[in-house]
Amino acid sequence: MNLPKPGNPRELLALVCLVGMVALYFGTHPSGPTTYVMTIWANQATILALVAIAQFFAVLVRGLDLSVGAIVALSNVVASHLLSGSAFEIAYGTLAVLVVATICGLVNGLLIVFGRLQPIVATLATSAVFGGIALLLRPTPGGTVDYDYADAMTLDVAGVPTALILMLVIVLGFWLPLRRTGFGLSLYAIGSAGEAAWQSGTPVAGVRIGAFVLAGFFAGLAGLFVSFVTTTGDAGIAPTYTLNSIAAIVLGGVALRGGVGSLFGAIIGAFILKTIAALMFFSGLPPLAQPFVEGLILALAIAIGSIDVLRMRHRLEVFDR
Amino acid sequence: MPHDVVTPSGTAPIVELRGASRHYGPVVALSEVDFACHAGEIHAVLGENGAGKSTLMKLVAGVVQPEPGEVRVDGHPVRLSSPRVALEHGIVCMFQELSLAPDLSVRDNVLLGARSTGLGFFSYRRMHDVRALLDRIGGESIRLTARVRDLTLPDRQLVEIVKALYREPRLLILDEATSALNASVVERVFTLLRERRDAGLGVLFISHRFHEVEALADRISVFRNGRHVETFDNGRYDYGDIIQRMVGQSIDELFPPKASVDEVPGEVVLAVDGLTWNGRLHDLCFNVRAGDIIGIGGLDGQGQITLLQALFGVLRRVDGAVKIGERVLAPENPRIAKQSSTGLALVPEDRKTEGLIPHLSIAANLELAQLGHDGPGDADFEALAAELELKCASFAQPAAALSGGNQQKVALMKWLALSPRCLLLADPTRGIDVRTKTQIYALLRRLASQGVAVVLLSTDHEELVHLCDRVHVFYDGRIVSTLAGEELTSEAVVSASLDSGAAA
Repeated sequence: MNLPKPGNPRELLALVCLVGMVALYFGTHPSGPTTYVMTIWANQATILALVAIAQFFAVLVRGLDLSVGAIVALSNVVASHLLSGSAFEIAYGTLAVLVVATICGLVNGLLIVFGRLQPIVATLATSAVFGGIALLLRPTPGGTVDYDYADAMTLDVAGVPTALILMLVIVLGFWLPLRRTGFGLSLYAIGSAGEAAWQSGTPVAGVRIGAFVLAGFFAGLAGLFVSFVTTTGDAGIAPTYTLNSIAAIVLGGVALRGGVGSLFGAIIGAFILKTIAALMFFSGLPPLAQPFVEGLILALAIAIGSIDVLRMRHRLEVFDR
Repeated sequence: MPHDVVTPSGTAPIVELRGASRHYGPVVALSEVDFACHAGEIHAVLGENGAGKSTLMKLVAGVVQPEPGEVRVDGHPVRLSSPRVALEHGIVCMFQELSLAPDLSVRDNVLLGARSTGLGFFSYRRMHDVRALLDRIGGESIRLTARVRDLTLPDRQLVEIVKALYREPRLLILDEATSALNASVVERVFTLLRERRDAGLGVLFISHRFHEVEALADRISVFRNGRHVETFDNGRYDYGDIIQRMVGQSIDELFPPKASVDEVPGEVVLAVDGLTWNGRLHDLCFNVRAGDIIGIGGLDGQGQITLLQALFGVLRRVDGAVKIGERVLAPENPRIAKQSSTGLALVPEDRKTEGLIPHLSIAANLELAQLGHDGPGDADFEALAAELELKCASFAQPAAALSGGNQQKVALMKWLALSPRCLLLADPTRGIDVRTKTQIYALLRRLASQGVAVVLLSTDHEELVHLCDRVHVFYDGRIVSTLAGEELTSEAVVSASLDSGAAA
């Protein structure tokens, strides 16, 4: 399989860590690696992976999207209103959720490019707006999602969790082809050196907007998946997703300064983060200490990614990283 | 201009400017310029920094628009609103500020924004053309999958050239495109450009290396203070006449006279014995005396810059003995190297990233070297600025607002203020204009005569020959030849650089 380019050692390191953790998790889980355990693990991780993918597209072009969590919440709330009834209604509802999320992304992109706002400021503002709309639509958690539909998306196909299949489809059917397009290339170029990309004849404005539109779309997918897992709508879930998405992409080797990393890395980072949380759950640590330990592990993991700085014998290269 | 400019073959020029002006705030960068560039012609543009060359290129490349004024392509008025639009007209610019994305591979950078790439799917089908082009101009060692970040500056320039040619331009603009390349590679690039010219390519060429312009150009346009002074065929005027047109006055001597041979040699300030580092520097031995200007030459990337960094404490675990005066020294970091007891100063190669912090004010940049220094803190920057004729509105201006030559003056000033005993300079005149070069040469000679030991790394052979008292030629981290006195000629430097290359 033509997986990520070997050019990003952090991504490789993250993959190795993930494999180790997953082995540890299924090895120590009281019920062992049953389809049921795998499915729950994969569903939890997939939600975060989708948000991380959204964040990845924003960060790739030197943006930070603080509204991804709010878009997840809004999508989840819209889904809790629309994902029920006839098959036609459900299909229409799914589409509507994704359109709403994509429009949110488009608004972000337009504000950032044409409003000339810093991404972090623009999305801080829009996150309040999107979150506010979600609250108006569903002031308290509630609503339902068609159970058959939710089951279909969150159980398994021949023992393989549907969520993992979805991840595979995104990587093979979307990400790898995208890397072979001028658009994909421009995303990296803009993040790496915006001025150089413009001078090279790249339509920078359009591509940046495109990146935020993709961020909105994937946050919408995440919102849908939340709905499948919880089968209700809750407008209050935004903050954790935003922060965890940033942690996930950093773990997955995506550089916050833009231009480095891949969608695959973002997925790995999200899976690592959720696996840590799952390991913690069965570790017997007192629940109140778990966030503390989780944070420690996170800090350590990120620090390991920079350990090669210590080996560097040319001090200027440290600044050039 | 009442008539259309027409080539002998009767076609309209590829690009023509009519009455083009451009202001940046109150600063007039270009003033009512008429200018034309034709197919099948290599057209060099000469002028001091601030003469308007770069603005001219930006107008033609679609980076800025004339206000007022008109741009014509093939005789038709157009608006080149972005580099993309210029590209669609067949105009491609290779900018002095490197236009490569550092995190992308060589291959992806070449493809980026090219007409055949677009936003949809692209293919790597034409990559063998890219390979062939790179091989032709001396980039055999550059892998297409290498990240640009990992390439040396000369290699990046080669990639830039290939990237520009891959777009199949009708008019190619080269803005200091060869500034980091050594003579043999430049010759290969020129051969390729001449070939393309004969096939109908128009080339607009800016370089501060006069011999390059002389070797390559068919026609030369001289700019001064934002105005187009004159366009003439190459060969019509000699060097002195052209310099006179560029600066508006005659420069008799570019280089100051060397110290006379009879003078008693000064005491040894810097003694390097057996310096070795990490497989990239091997057993380097040389002395620098007070009053010497020692040249460091050779092909690019043979360890010259690494030597300066090793002396200044940028590298870890350097082996060998370095003595400053009588003191044995192991500079562990630049902070120790710059203390007055050591007295080293390094003006680095890249003024935009290492020499200065461009968005900070001139004053803040000047004070940076003073931080953590034990000497007197009240340097007289005003006097230094006056001596170097630093052109700035005030010290509160950001360094980025200055022209390249003036930025280099600031980078020099910040270190001179520490009164170093030994000044290490990495290619201080790269990409800056003749007048500033002359000022820097005169300054270095004056410092030497006051007893400062100067180590000058240079890619310009003229500089090594005419300014330096002794030149060490590097190859593969070793000194392969030391030239002084009568032996020190341009030919000797070139052949020492190349012969050892061939022998290895």
